[in-house]
Amino acid sequence: MTQISTHTVIPPRSTTSERSVGRPVDRVDGTAKTTGEARFSAEYPYPDLAHAALVHATVARGRITAIDTAAASAVEGVLTVLTHENAPVLKPPPSPNPLNLSSMVSGTSVSYLNTDEVHWNGQPVAVVVAETPQAARRAALLVRVTYDSLPATLDFAAEEENARPLKGDLLSQAAAKKGDPEAALAAAPVSVDLRYTTPPYHHNAIEPHATTAAWDGDRLTVHDTTQSIDWVRRHLALRFGVPVAGVRVIAPYVGGGFGGKGLLWPGTILAVMAARATGRPVRLALTREGVYHTVGGRTPSAQRVALGAGPDGRMTALIHTSVSRVARVGGRPEPVTAVSGHLYDAANIRLQQNIVELDLLSNTFMRAPGEAIGTFALESAVDELACELGIDPIELRMRNEPARNPIDGKRFARRLLREAYALGAERFGWSERTPQPGSMRDGRWLVGMGVASAYHPPLQLDAHLTLRLSVDGTVVVRCGFQEMGMGGATATAQIAADALGVPLSSVRVEYGDSALPVAPMAGGATQTASVAAALLTAAEKLKKSLLALAGRSGESPLRGQRLDRLEARDGGLYRADRQGETYTGILSRAGRPSVEVAVGSDSGLGAAAGQVRFMARFLRDRRRWVKAALGAHFCEVRVDRDTGEVRVSRWVGAFDVGTVINPKTAGSQLRGGIVMGIGMALSEQTLVDPRTGRIMNPSLSEYHLPVHADIPPIDVCYLNEPDPTMPLGLMGLGEVGITGAAAALANAVHHATGKRVRDLPITLDKLL
Amino acid sequence: MTGEQANTVEFELRVNGEAVTLRLPPQVSLLDALREHLGLTGTKKGCDQGACGACTVLADGERINSCLTLAVQYAGREITTIEGITGELPRAFVRHDGFQCGYCTSGQICSATGMLAEHAAGMPSAVTGQHPGELIDAEIRERMSGNLCRCGAYNGIVDAIREVASGTAS
Repeated sequence: MTQISTHTVIPPRSTTSERSVGRPVDRVDGTAKTTGEARFSAEYPYPDLAHAALVHATVARGRITAIDTAAASAVEGVLTVLTHENAPVLKPPPSPNPLNLSSMVSGTSVSYLNTDEVHWNGQPVAVVVAETPQAARRAALLVRVTYDSLPATLDFAAEEENARPLKGDLLSQAAAKKGDPEAALAAAPVSVDLRYTTPPYHHNAIEPHATTAAWDGDRLTVHDTTQSIDWVRRHLALRFGVPVAGVRVIAPYVGGGFGGKGLLWPGTILAVMAARATGRPVRLALTREGVYHTVGGRTPSAQRVALGAGPDGRMTALIHTSVSRVARVGGRPEPVTAVSGHLYDAANIRLQQNIVELDLLSNTFMRAPGEAIGTFALESAVDELACELGIDPIELRMRNEPARNPIDGKRFARRLLREAYALGAERFGWSERTPQPGSMRDGRWLVGMGVASAYHPPLQLDAHLTLRLSVDGTVVVRCGFQEMGMGGATATAQIAADALGVPLSSVRVEYGDSALPVAPMAGGATQTASVAAALLTAAEKLKKSLLALAGRSGESPLRGQRLDRLEARDGGLYRADRQGETYTGILSRAGRPSVEVAVGSDSGLGAAAGQVRFMARFLRDRRRWVKAALGAHFCEVRVDRDTGEVRVSRWVGAFDVGTVINPKTAGSQLRGGIVMGIGMALSEQTLVDPRTGRIMNPSLSEYHLPVHADIPPIDVCYLNEPDPTMPLGLMGLGEVGITGAAAALANAVHHATGKRVRDLPITLDKLL
Repeated sequence: MTGEQANTVEFELRVNGEAVTLRLPPQVSLLDALREHLGLTGTKKGCDQGACGACTVLADGERINSCLTLAVQYAGREITTIEGITGELPRAFVRHDGFQCGYCTSGQICSATGMLAEHAAGMPSAVTGQHPGELIDAEIRERMSGNLCRCGAYNGIVDAIREVASGTAS
């Protein structure tokens, strides 16, 4: 292992009398990230490095009839201009197959530069490779492309009426029904039947996508901004026809992903292709605009939520349908309506997702795909129903809190939504709210308070790792997971320290390199739970090995002992009568420098078995119970009565996310989700020209992310009770924070102003 | 470097206290000069358009977007990048978890360094107008709004800056 993927854990010294799990320890990579030492994918120096720049199609659909690269090639320093006429021919992307998750990594089905067809406005049609980034970019502007345009379907709003019902698959259901919801809605004494719309969004990780690729014969090293190192490795091997074992993908630091770096987009393929074609290491760092044109974003949606209730607020009907888009060249639908099967105890329910196919770049998953936008509609509608009924919105939710999963009657693994609302209401001061919209004022500011529920189901994948304990007492965890800021390395070190009873400072975690044992992609809030499960198994194996070693000696107090009667603490194994031995002592006596154990197999039958295990556990879990990370958002806004300007002034999020491994990093994850939810509600939207399919605001100047001034102190609190069905009782928390956030804000705006905005984002014009 | 444009300019920069001589085409930005030619990759490129603040460095103590600046314009000036930042801010960022992925962090820390100096010098802001007094949180947020953090670590960043500004950092 080179230094590239090695990250030394240097937390404050501690003794094992205090456990690591549950403590707000500083990030293990904190120093690297605050001193400029942390190296990201575009920052690896290679001798003789060349630089690439993309030329993007300017039509939505068509064929290239001519491509003139003469002027570009003449720019000093240009090495080559690759087009469909001269680019190396790759194997086409594989067909997506849910039984082989890595087959689903390609963002689109297009064979970039191996076709004269254009499938979206912005598709790369040429790559310039030059000695400097400046020369490559300048030459890219000089490539002249002529197209035969073909008719294209681009306007989501216009296509909505042509939406077709989505078919479900192994991983997600697209429709569900219980009872006769339309009849129940018609018969309900009180009802709402509403339409909500959300715009396209983009992830906008501050690090733009970048790839540095270097070939050595048929061996390939790639530094890539990816959340999925293993899938990228497999995909590149397949496309370039080289053995998987010869491809190494390195990504110890990823500058934010949020789903946008989960799949493999054109830049990665084209950087590797350019390196192949020129025989030089090549870096392709996308421009911000290039990210918008070559990396998918979140689908827009149009949703119907209809709720029927008795005068007591008990829901009798819940209908939630959605239209979202995919592209003709790829994209998976977001499970927009799924959340509505879990939150309210309605007797009659219907959920249906519909899709349209457009000639745009594929959509892709973005933080809490489905739930993020689905909860906006559902939780806004519940607030509207509460207004109709004249019932407090929290009280309405409590009256409809189910004992079993509403859509199918399955058991909940746990359900602490009542407790979350109670905790949040207390901290927020909900009792001070007067129900009438517009009734709370502070000078020229209209004050409003809103609530909404957060909901995200956890998933656990298969992780492989090795765990080594050395005679000097140090522990090394090697696992090819990824760190984009979630705090995975820190949490993993904490879990390892407790499982072995060693100080946190003696644990080192290596990650972010495909040369390490395979871990799942960083996405779906799955990673920490997946790695934790493997790590606990490995720690048990390791302690067994150490106990066996100790047992070989007649001098050891551990001879003849059973592991389940021993405690791992203070760097060793100890009996209840405090007799025991340190690991260092055991290894020294045995003359062993270290003991290492492995969990999982990366290749052949072992890898296939891992996939099968994942799918079996997924399906078994889904049959047995329903589990989710839950929460209650409390938002206070102040709206300028003259200008309609909305300021978020206070926020409380009370969450049930199982065991909290590290309150410091967990709080940051949840706050980050809420901040993204605030952006989603108030300022963010990707504007797609419905005539040309071109994104009109592909920059951080015109796509408005929340800034410092937009974000008040966010009070995040936890119930911190372990989930009985998850390893260590933990659930991923990267996604749950954003769910419900936009609805809580929209509900607060309604409370402040009496205006109900059902079309995000809530810009000033909609309040005037 | 082979194939470099013949049209280059030689000039001297002072970076983190050291004089360096560069020979570059005049259109190379200060950001690219730092990252590509001096190997100082701690300064980040988030948009290359002056919209995100990830490239913030200090020029004679004042914060600037190095992506909107030609390197040659800063000949003879003292540039401070994250690699040259001293003081308590980096550690305070760690203590308060003022980052997640770390990509905007260099810019946040350089910007905060420049911002504290601006405030101390009595420069006005939209929050307190011509006469800034104590550095309240609203003032920090206003003055730091040119630095985007998509991970949403804004609370921790403000906490870290407040702690250092108030001199209560350990």
